[in-house]
Amino acid sequence: MQKKVACSFPDEVLEHVFSFIQSDKDRNAVSMVCKSWYEIERWCRRKIFIGNCYAVSPRMVIRRFPKVRSIELKGKPHFADFNLVPDGWGGYVLPWIAEMAGAYPWLEEIRLKRMVVTDECLELIAKSFKNFKVLVLFSCEGFSTDGLAAIAASCMNLRELDLRDSDVDDLGGHWLSHFPETYTSLVSLNSSCLGSDEVSLSALERLVGRCTNLRTLRLNRAVPLDKIANILGRAPQLVDFGTGTYGADLQSDVFSSLAGAFSSCKELRSLSGFWDVVPAYLPAIYPVCSRLTSLNLSYVTIQSPDLVKLLRHCPSLQRLLVLDYIEDSGLEALSSSCKDLQELRVFPSDPFGEEPNVSLTEQGLVSVCLACPKLQSVLYFCRRMSNVALVTIAQNCPNLTRFRLCIIEPRTADFLTLEPLDVGFGAIVEHCKDLRRLSLSGLLTDRVFEYIGRYAKKLEMLSVAFAGESDLGLHHVLSGCESLRKLEIRDCPFGDKALLANAAKLETMRSLWMSSCAVSFGACKLLGQKMPRLNVEVIDESGPPDSRPDSCPVDKLYIYRSVAGPRFDMPPFVWTMDEDSALQVS
Amino acid sequence: MAFEKDFNLDATELRLGLPGTSEESEKQASTTLRISNKRAMPDMNEDSSVAADKKCDQETAPPTKAQVVGWPPIRSYRKNSLQTKKTEAETCGMYVKVSMDGAPYLRKIDLKMYKGYPELLKALEDMFKFKVGKYSEREGYNGSEFVPTYEDKDGDLMLVGDVPWEMFTNSCKRLRIMKGSEARGLGCVV
Repeated sequence: MQKKVACSFPDEVLEHVFSFIQSDKDRNAVSMVCKSWYEIERWCRRKIFIGNCYAVSPRMVIRRFPKVRSIELKGKPHFADFNLVPDGWGGYVLPWIAEMAGAYPWLEEIRLKRMVVTDECLELIAKSFKNFKVLVLFSCEGFSTDGLAAIAASCMNLRELDLRDSDVDDLGGHWLSHFPETYTSLVSLNSSCLGSDEVSLSALERLVGRCTNLRTLRLNRAVPLDKIANILGRAPQLVDFGTGTYGADLQSDVFSSLAGAFSSCKELRSLSGFWDVVPAYLPAIYPVCSRLTSLNLSYVTIQSPDLVKLLRHCPSLQRLLVLDYIEDSGLEALSSSCKDLQELRVFPSDPFGEEPNVSLTEQGLVSVCLACPKLQSVLYFCRRMSNVALVTIAQNCPNLTRFRLCIIEPRTADFLTLEPLDVGFGAIVEHCKDLRRLSLSGLLTDRVFEYIGRYAKKLEMLSVAFAGESDLGLHHVLSGCESLRKLEIRDCPFGDKALLANAAKLETMRSLWMSSCAVSFGACKLLGQKMPRLNVEVIDESGPPDSRPDSCPVDKLYIYRSVAGPRFDMPPFVWTMDEDSALQVS
Repeated sequence: MAFEKDFNLDATELRLGLPGTSEESEKQASTTLRISNKRAMPDMNEDSSVAADKKCDQETAPPTKAQVVGWPPIRSYRKNSLQTKKTEAETCGMYVKVSMDGAPYLRKIDLKMYKGYPELLKALEDMFKFKVGKYSEREGYNGSEFVPTYEDKDGDLMLVGDVPWEMFTNSCKRLRIMKGSEARGLGCVV
């Protein structure tokens, strides 16, 4: 009887219905209803997200989804951002591009994060996909501006080129002139990470001038301040602008043309860049400040009073990135000016100094949390914290979804009571019921993990460093956090017991990273042996782990679920523990 | 315990440390040990603990507090941009590339090191082993097949020496020593 109902809709109708379902989770759910829905769904899935490029092989993806137009891939573990993953670890996108070149000639969008992209890859993209539109390379590396030139020259329908935070070999700005004079489709360009001090200004100006749909333009440091007016003059429709260098000798004519250019940008909502700021030039942006929703001042090395002067002009601000020069007093002022604030990131100006160089403490964060009811996302570097401050934050900001606190000195206790910060972070997870991401720091015992396991039911990503006392801590997290997808741990006394006892949990997660912990080589082998759907990879630059006793702890461990089996592109310092429990060296 | 301090027993104490080091600095070293070496495990056997100790020695070699890898968790491009700012303030150099037609590689010089054109030209002559001709506003450089030129902020190729020194240092982006017929065309202004 059910069969009759399912067959009464022709495939095309179901396909049309499915086209309204965009989210991956929903699409996955749809595909599991019955075999015919699985079949229909896989033929009309246009967009896929693969959170770990080693969890599945390109061929498997292509086999199941033959008509994909948009793909997003992530490679290296998050701790690669902080140099914990040695060079050469992996995350190569070339095999994917090579397979897709043949299988997806109509591919339009490629988004990559933490992957190794070479000029060869970029040339292959330029050559293979005739309707290519979007290239986002987020924190990638391995390519140069020559590869970008190939993209510019060939991709006539390119709309978006976003290189955010990538490590690019910048051979000078001439790649921009490879966009043909007839090319006008650019909507978004983010080249802010390019490091050369040469840039082809005339090519840039001409490009900006003829691309009338340009909405996002983030320049790199090489573009001087006195060129901004000219560029903005050609693109008054910009919504998101990143300056290059924002400093020069003060000249009134330069200032007034700059201010004039900014005031003609009526759609501008987001500003960033601002390298080498000369404070006298900041008032040039005042005309747009009242409409700004996002402001990135994280390269602005000016003192708090100047920062406050600027922020008072920005009542609509929803997102602010700033250095700790803002100090507690500046954050207090921010909390009274910017009631709509949703995201705050405060970065340290002197992260390796032993003494504080600015007056930024837990008070700054507390004052923002007390006054900004819409606050959802926090990244805060500071040098001291207290349980009472964390409890206040938790009680006043129950809508927090991302909370990342970095107390710069590891294992710093509550400065008021000298106790661990277990209770404070416990309050965060208890009150912030929608918390999805949490980073811990300070002095923490196993108790904080007990709270996390008990309360953090929506937590998807947890970062832990220099915390905990025993395996019980890890056990609380693995057994209690139902939604956990990514767990990254460094320098904690977690060993074999919790890991082995919760082996099955690891198959429900994307990945687990543990470095400088106490997991033995023997436990890794056992895990690899018992869990065929997990790739258990040991990273050790000091030599093969089997040259030491099984009880010896491994340096770094990366465990992830995979349907593709062990990977074959491992460098000499990565060993995979597989079913044979014998060493496999690639 | 107090009276021991009065006798300054430390000075005459037989220890394995170097003269001048004290227990405090050794304690600090072992604190570093605790932070950066997580290998101490009660059930480890002899071999591995020896290996761990070896690693410990390497890690406690620096006398100051050892910087932990990847901590605080800040992306490299942020660290770099903060550092660049500091060094710029300290050195205030004005380095420009210098190319010579026919030379296999370029050099870099700091324009701030020179007070004027004569010094700059002498330095270039020494660096590339050539001689410029005599400069005149009307005719440029006469008497040599080498002509010093520079690229200014607008990307134009200019003859060195035409504008006041300050204006030159503010607008010069790179230097180029031209040679041969191409140079003569520029040097000889009709």
